[in-house]
Amino acid sequence: MTTAQLLLTLLVVAAVTFLTRSLAFVAFGGKTVPKFVKYLGYVLPTAIIGMLVVYCFKDTKILEYPYALPELIAAAAVIALHKWKHNLLLSMLAGTALYMALVQLVFV
Amino acid sequence: MKNGGILKKAFKKTVPVLIGYLFLGFSFGVLLTASGFDFWYAPLMSVTLYAGSMQFVAIELMLGAFNLVNAAVMTLLVNARHLFYGLSLIEKYKGTGLYKIYLMFGLTDETYALISSLEEPKGKETTRLMFFITLFDHIYWILGGVLGAAVGTLFSFPSEGLEFTMTALFLIIFVEQWEASETHVPAISGIAVTLACLLLFGTEFFLIAAMVVLLAFLAAMRKKLEPKEAALPPETLGKTPENGGGGEK
Repeated sequence: MTTAQLLLTLLVVAAVTFLTRSLAFVAFGGKTVPKFVKYLGYVLPTAIIGMLVVYCFKDTKILEYPYALPELIAAAAVIALHKWKHNLLLSMLAGTALYMALVQLVFV
Repeated sequence: MKNGGILKKAFKKTVPVLIGYLFLGFSFGVLLTASGFDFWYAPLMSVTLYAGSMQFVAIELMLGAFNLVNAAVMTLLVNARHLFYGLSLIEKYKGTGLYKIYLMFGLTDETYALISSLEEPKGKETTRLMFFITLFDHIYWILGGVLGAAVGTLFSFPSEGLEFTMTALFLIIFVEQWEASETHVPAISGIAVTLACLLLFGTEFFLIAAMVVLLAFLAAMRKKLEPKEAALPPETLGKTPENGGGGEK
């Protein structure tokens, strides 16, 4: 992309981000929030994070070497570590370091 | 309370976010420059976007082909949870005047958590307190990003695999939401439906397909999943759900 195209992309990302953050106030500022919307607020965020987890692995190739092993090992480590310590920084740092070590040193 | 008192109070409230944002922002800055982008994109993005996970996804978008529609859709999907944060803050943000624009702009996950747990009575002082909480978090985030981009520009290191920070971040949010929710049906369906759509539709269209299927599925499961009346905030009681929005058939 050219610099102009990059800036345009970032402008769109910024505008849509602001839209998602302000829409509830604009749409329901003076009214009762419909129950269906409340229900979506209860179930949708979790479902979407599940969706985004899959998104992170979309380019992982499972049928050729190293058969997604670095991803699986590092992801399992992040989940286990986070369940154990509940420390965002630790889980992120350790998981990323492990993944980098796996792709750079182990599965080369 | 004098302004100084409010500043101090806001700082105290944001200390838990300080370290988290410095670190997360730092990872963003390093990843951005390791992906080949100039230093100045870090402050530009952290000031104008100010969105943790979305800035990581934005790097992916910047590395791909120029496609504004795709950028808009991705942003909508990644930030869709923010659509619902606002619902519980409508009352708190009422009467905050011009501050409201910035308060809405800066409504990240962490700022949302801080502000929704405030118990101060409504008023000018609370408005200023919420403003400074949002501003301080924003400053930590910018600082982290700039530091990371500076380090990434000055030192080169084998960065292959660094992009896993984004995966780790989403996995961590997933674990936390999993532990906080009573039903795991939404979480499991999010993974299962998206995986199925990825296999069926390929990497280009699977997110949109998954979003449509998920919405339909969750709407159909409403009777099963919706918490009992008592669990909902009082202002929703006594209203009929008939006008409860489309898509539930």
